[in-house]
Amino acid sequence: MPLQAIAFYLLAFVTIAAGLLVVSARNPVHSVLFLITAFFSAAGLFVLLGAEFLAMLLIVVYVGAVAVLFLFVVMMLDVDFAELRQGFAQYLPIGGLVGGILTLEMVFVAATVATNGAASKNPLPNASPGGVPNTEAIGRVLYTDYVFFFQLAGLVLLVAMIGAIVLTLRHKPGVKRQDIGKQVARTPKTGMELVQIKPGEGISE
Amino acid sequence: MGPTNPLLWFGLTTGGILLVVIWVLLSLAFLLLADRKIWAGVQMRKGPNVVGPFGLLQSFADFFKFVLKEIVIPAGADKAIFLLAPLISLILGFVGWAVVPFAPGWVVSNLNVGILYLLAMSSLGVYGIIMGGWASNSKYPFLGALRSAAQMVSYEVSIGLIIITVILLAGSMNLSTIVEKQSGWIWNWNVFGGGGLKNLVILPVMVVAMGMFYISALAETNRPPFDLPEAESELVAGYQVEYSSTPYLLFMVAEYSNIVLMCAMISVLFFGGWNPGFPITFTAGWPPFLVNFLLALVFYAKIVFWFFMFAMAKAIVPRYRYDQLMRLGWKVFLPTSLVLVAAVAAWRVFGPAA
Repeated sequence: MPLQAIAFYLLAFVTIAAGLLVVSARNPVHSVLFLITAFFSAAGLFVLLGAEFLAMLLIVVYVGAVAVLFLFVVMMLDVDFAELRQGFAQYLPIGGLVGGILTLEMVFVAATVATNGAASKNPLPNASPGGVPNTEAIGRVLYTDYVFFFQLAGLVLLVAMIGAIVLTLRHKPGVKRQDIGKQVARTPKTGMELVQIKPGEGISE
Repeated sequence: MGPTNPLLWFGLTTGGILLVVIWVLLSLAFLLLADRKIWAGVQMRKGPNVVGPFGLLQSFADFFKFVLKEIVIPAGADKAIFLLAPLISLILGFVGWAVVPFAPGWVVSNLNVGILYLLAMSSLGVYGIIMGGWASNSKYPFLGALRSAAQMVSYEVSIGLIIITVILLAGSMNLSTIVEKQSGWIWNWNVFGGGGLKNLVILPVMVVAMGMFYISALAETNRPPFDLPEAESELVAGYQVEYSSTPYLLFMVAEYSNIVLMCAMISVLFFGGWNPGFPITFTAGWPPFLVNFLLALVFYAKIVFWFFMFAMAKAIVPRYRYDQLMRLGWKVFLPTSLVLVAAVAAWRVFGPAA
């Protein structure tokens, strides 16, 4: 299908270009925006694979929530751009090493597939096994075979959430908070006091 | 499904997209006027009544005024993002319409995960606002953008959970299927429990879900009483302070498109979409186009009704304070919607519908 090929190459190009720009953009806010572009194109690649549920989850969870918070934090940072650029030269060797190893591995995989090695014999994963939509397919394995892992993942998230609350929750003394129940229950009797003042004396309190 | 010839498919899809966009834009022009008229009516004013009969052409006059003005870009602004923000808002305001079924088979893209797609697109809407607010390089827009980000992320959670109740009732994430499940009599609508009289038991649950969805939709689209990102008494106009002329127009069109999309969502999810609420057997001999057209009109009437509700909320409800908004989102809506999901799930497993 030429139409799919065009879509694939377009999305793949945008993903990789955006990925490059994430690390090369000077302004961290621009970096985050390019990261979002990369997420978005990756979701497009998922759709091309027929995994539309994963694509939508990627957008809802990562683009719609996680990246918004990234952006939220990065926008409020007071960034010294000169210092950032110094760091670039400092981290270049180790970053280059990691990138080099990854490239090498990918070249090996590509070479194996091209020369009809072991990897090429595996069939393409089917996005909708047994003819059911992949949302249902994921649900069928997630809540049966992998239910303990699923619960465990939920537990990990719960622990992380409680940890965040424990670390940041402080009860400062002397802070006036709104208590709606108290406000609503307030009557003229409890809210005010009638005082008889003698002329020239004022109120003692 | 659909023609196999790629060129024909391309042409048909493009035609469908154009039709929907033009329909939405034209509707927006008059709904915007209706919004102002309703608001004026509540306050015992006349509203716009000068341009055209009853002011009907007011929106078009406003359009030309916006387009012909100068685009002012602040000196310290990030120019590219400043101009990109309204465009992104506009695009995200319109792409959601791709999966909305107007009548049987009348949908641009009949996605399997249509409802998730709508949720994803409405959650992306925050980017236009947050980018616009940051790129303006000014205090008020930035504060507006931050408020907006927190607010929209908070209310998405409850919207997502409420959508799950509907998915549980319909057993599908395809919007066309969800609407078809609600065909027949009015008690098949999801707000009445969906799926016949035996499901009427969970009517209270679904009515609460519907009400919470409506309120969350108000918050998600930054409409009063939750219009804190642009609270004019505190932030001048929030993220829109530095915008003028066409970029401002794009923001406004996007906002209204999102509102109408939310109205369409409430109609599809809870009020039967194109279904009029009684079995339409008498149309058996009619040409399919006519039937579809009438059903689309029914759907349109529901959208307009919900838009009226949005306008009334804007007219009569005072603005929330920011901490009240957050309390409502996290401490009231989140736990309540979780309970609703549990209740509907239990009903689906143990109830007679299982």
